[in-house]
Amino acid sequence: MNSIQENLMDSKRSIEDGRVSFRLFFNKLLERSINFYLLACVSVTVLVSSTVIFILGKDCFEFFSQISFFDFLFGTKWEPLIEPRNFGVLPLITGTFLVVFGSILIALPIGLFVAVFLSEFSSKRFRSFIKPILEILAGIPTVVYGLFALTFITPKLKLIFPEIEVFNALSAAIVVGVMILPMITSLCDDAFKALPNSLKQGAYALGGRPHEVVIGIIIPAASQRIGAAIILAISRAVGETMAVTLAAGANPNFTLNPLKSVQTMTSYIVQVSMGDIPAHGVEYLTCFAVAGLLFLITWLMNMIGAYFIFAKGKN
Amino acid sequence: MTNILTTKNLNIHYGPKHAVHDVNLNIKDGKITAIIGPSGCGKSTILRCFNRMNDFITGIKISGEVVFNERNIYHPSTDPSRIRKSVGMVFQRPNPFPKSIYNNIVWGPKINNLDLDFEELVETSLKKAALWDEVKDRLNDSALALSGGQQQRLCIARAIAMSPKVILMDEPCSALDPKATIKIEDLMGELRESYTIVIVTHNMQQAARVSDETAFFYEGELIEFGNTPDMFTNPTKKQTEDYITGRFG
Amino acid sequence: MGRKIKSVIFYFLCLVSTILCLFLLGILIYHLFIQGKDYFTWDFLNNFPSRFASKAGVKPGIYGTFYMMALTAIIAVPLGISTAIYMEEYGPKNKWMNLIQINISNLAGMPSIIYGLLGLAVFVRFFGLERSILSGSLTLSLLILPVIIIASQGAIKSVPQSIRDAGYALGARKFHVVFTQVLPAAIPGIMTGVILSLSRAIGEAAPLIVVGAVGYISYLPHTIMDGFTVLPIQIYNWASRPQEEFQGLASAAILVLLIGLFSLNFVAVYIRERFQRYKDND
Repeated sequence: MNSIQENLMDSKRSIEDGRVSFRLFFNKLLERSINFYLLACVSVTVLVSSTVIFILGKDCFEFFSQISFFDFLFGTKWEPLIEPRNFGVLPLITGTFLVVFGSILIALPIGLFVAVFLSEFSSKRFRSFIKPILEILAGIPTVVYGLFALTFITPKLKLIFPEIEVFNALSAAIVVGVMILPMITSLCDDAFKALPNSLKQGAYALGGRPHEVVIGIIIPAASQRIGAAIILAISRAVGETMAVTLAAGANPNFTLNPLKSVQTMTSYIVQVSMGDIPAHGVEYLTCFAVAGLLFLITWLMNMIGAYFIFAKGKN
Repeated sequence: MTNILTTKNLNIHYGPKHAVHDVNLNIKDGKITAIIGPSGCGKSTILRCFNRMNDFITGIKISGEVVFNERNIYHPSTDPSRIRKSVGMVFQRPNPFPKSIYNNIVWGPKINNLDLDFEELVETSLKKAALWDEVKDRLNDSALALSGGQQQRLCIARAIAMSPKVILMDEPCSALDPKATIKIEDLMGELRESYTIVIVTHNMQQAARVSDETAFFYEGELIEFGNTPDMFTNPTKKQTEDYITGRFG
Repeated sequence: MGRKIKSVIFYFLCLVSTILCLFLLGILIYHLFIQGKDYFTWDFLNNFPSRFASKAGVKPGIYGTFYMMALTAIIAVPLGISTAIYMEEYGPKNKWMNLIQINISNLAGMPSIIYGLLGLAVFVRFFGLERSILSGSLTLSLLILPVIIIASQGAIKSVPQSIRDAGYALGARKFHVVFTQVLPAAIPGIMTGVILSLSRAIGEAAPLIVVGAVGYISYLPHTIMDGFTVLPIQIYNWASRPQEEFQGLASAAILVLLIGLFSLNFVAVYIRERFQRYKDND
C-alpha cells in the first residue's frame, strides 16, 4: 500500500470515527436527558411529602403559639368556632376511636373468615366469582356508603336500639367496616398465599382438620402479615371522611356511646371547609392542627404496617 | 406375612390425562418397600393415595380401592383425617412448623386428643428419630434454626409421635446432602422394627441399600414388584433391567 | 365428636361470612335502586341543582366529574408511569431509593382530606389558581399518583428478565429496551392500576370540598379556571338534607355515578384482555 492510499484510508476512518463518536455523543445525551426527566418525576413524590409536612408543621406551630398544647390534647370540649371557645381535641379523638374500633371489630373476624374460605374451602371458580365482588365492594365511593348508612342502616338499627340518634357512631362503624373488609380479606389472602404449600400439607398429613390447621398452623405462621393488614386497615379507617360525616354527624360529643352522634377528626376538617374560612385566624388554624394530628396518627400506622410486612420475621 | 396396604385396580386421572393405570400393589407389614421409576411415572401420586393427600389436588379422579386395615380408605364414609393418624408422611423438602421443636412434635398428638405425657413423647420420638442428643437442650428453640438434615429428622420424629402403623416417605433425602442422607438411611433401618415404611425414591442405589421389597413403575403402570435383592440382580422384565442398568431414566 | 362439630362450625362461619358479603352488595344496590329510580329522569340528567327537588339535576356534576377526570388523568398518568420506570429500571438500588419507596407507600396511605388541605394551601392559595378545575385536578392527581406508581411498578416488575436480556443481547440501548420492550409488555398491568386509581378519584369528595368545589352551581365550566362541582359532592349535599326527596335525588345521582364507574371498569377489562391476547400471539 502506498502512502496516498494509506492517507485515504486514514481520513475515511477518521470520518467514520467522527460519525460514530457523534452518534455516541447523541445517544449519551439522550440517555442523560431521559434519566434527568425520570428523576424529576420521582422528585415530585418527595416534594409532596415535604410540602405536606411543611404546611402542617408551619400552621401547627402558629396554632400552638396561640393555644396551649395541654388544652388541645387533653381538653374535653371542642367548640372552636363559637363563643366561648374551647380547643380540647379529645372529643374528636374519641369520635374517631369509636368509629375505627367498631369498624375493626366487624371487619376483622368477617374478613379473616372470608380469606380462610377463599384459600381453604372454595373452588377456583367460586374464587374468581367472589374476588370481583369484593373488588366492587371496595370500589364503591364513600359517599354511597354514607347515604346507605343514613337511609338504610340507621333506620334498621333504630328497631333494635330505639334510643339511637339519627346520626350515630354505630352506623358509621358498620359502614366503615364494610369498606375496609375487602382490604383485610385481600391482604390476608396474600398472606396465606405467601406461605409454602408444604406447611399446610404437613399439618394435614398429621391428621389435622381444617379448623385446626388454619387456627393452629396457618394463622400463626402468617401472623406478621395479618398484623400488617390490621394496621393498614386501621389507618384507612382513620382517614375515612365522607361516609363517617354522613353517618355520624358533626357533633363533637365527648362520649363512648356508639348510639350517639360524634364527630371524627376528618369530619371536622370537612365541616370547616364547607363554611367560608377566612385565611387567617384561629378557626383556619384548627383545621391544620387537627390535620396535623391526623397525619401523625396515620403516618405512624403506615410505618408500623410497612415494617410488619417487610421485616424479616422471627422465623 | 400380612399385607397392611393394598391397592386394587387403582386408576388415577388428572383431568383428561390418565396418569396411573390399574395398579395392584401389596405393601407387606413390617417391611420397607421402595417405589422406583423414572420422573413422571406416578410414584408420588400413588404414594399420596395411601394417606389421601391427593384429595387436595383439584381435578383429580381416583377409581379402584386402596385397602388399609381391611377397609377401603376411599369409601365415601371414611374420614381422611382419621386415616392420617395411622398412615404418616414425610415430605421431600423438610417442612417443620415455624414453632419450637417441642411444639412441632406435640401439635399432632394434641389436636388428635391423644392423652399422653407429652414430655416423654417428645423424648421418645426424638430418640427414635436419632435427633434427641443434638437437640435435647434446646427443645424450645425454633425448628427452623436446625440444619436441613436435622429438620428432616424432626419431621420424621413428628410423624412417629403419632404412633402410625405406616410411614410414607416421598423422596425424603433428595433435598439433603450426602452426610445427612446416610443418617436418614441408617435411621430407616432402625425404624423398620416398629413401622412399615413405603419410600419413593429416584435414587436406585438408595432403594437397593435400604428396602426389602421394590416396586418399579413406568408411565403409571406397575411393571415389576418383588424382593429387592432379586429385583436388582435378576429382574424378570426387560424394562426393569433397562432402568436399573441406567439405559434410560 | 367434639372435633368434628368444631370443624363443621368453622366451615359454617367461613361460608356465612362470604355469603354475607354477597348479600351486602346485593342489598346496597337494591336499596339505592329502589330509592332513586323514580328520580332518574332525563330532566334529572339535564338540570342544574335547585332548591326544588323536582327541578334539581346533576348536569354540572356529570360535566364536572368528566372534565376533572380527563385533566387528572393527563397530569397523573405520565407522571406516575415515569416515576415507576425510574424506580424499577433506572434507579440505583441503595438506601435513598428505599427511602423514596417507603415515602411513596406512605403517601398512598395518607388520608384524602390531607391532600385536600395540601391542594388548598399550594394550588388555591400559593399559586393563586383559586377554586378551579385546575386546582381540583392537580390535587386529585397528587392523591392518585402513589397508587399509579405502585401499580405500574408491579406491572413492570412482572415483565420477565428474559425480555430485557434479549433486547440488550441484540445491542439495544437502555431506553430502547425499556420503552419499546418492557413498557409495552407492562401496559395491561399499568392500565389496570390506572383505571383503578381513576375510579377512586371519581368517587372522591372530601379533598375537592376543601379545595373549593361548590355544591350549588348554576353554570357549566368552560375553562379549566372555572368553578366546578362533581357528582360525589352533589350526592353529599343532597344526602345531608333531611327531606326524603333529596335522599331520592342522592340515590339517583349515585346510580349515575355507579354507571360511570362500571363503564370505566368495563373499558379497562376490555383493554386488558385485548392487549393480553396481543402479547400471547407474539
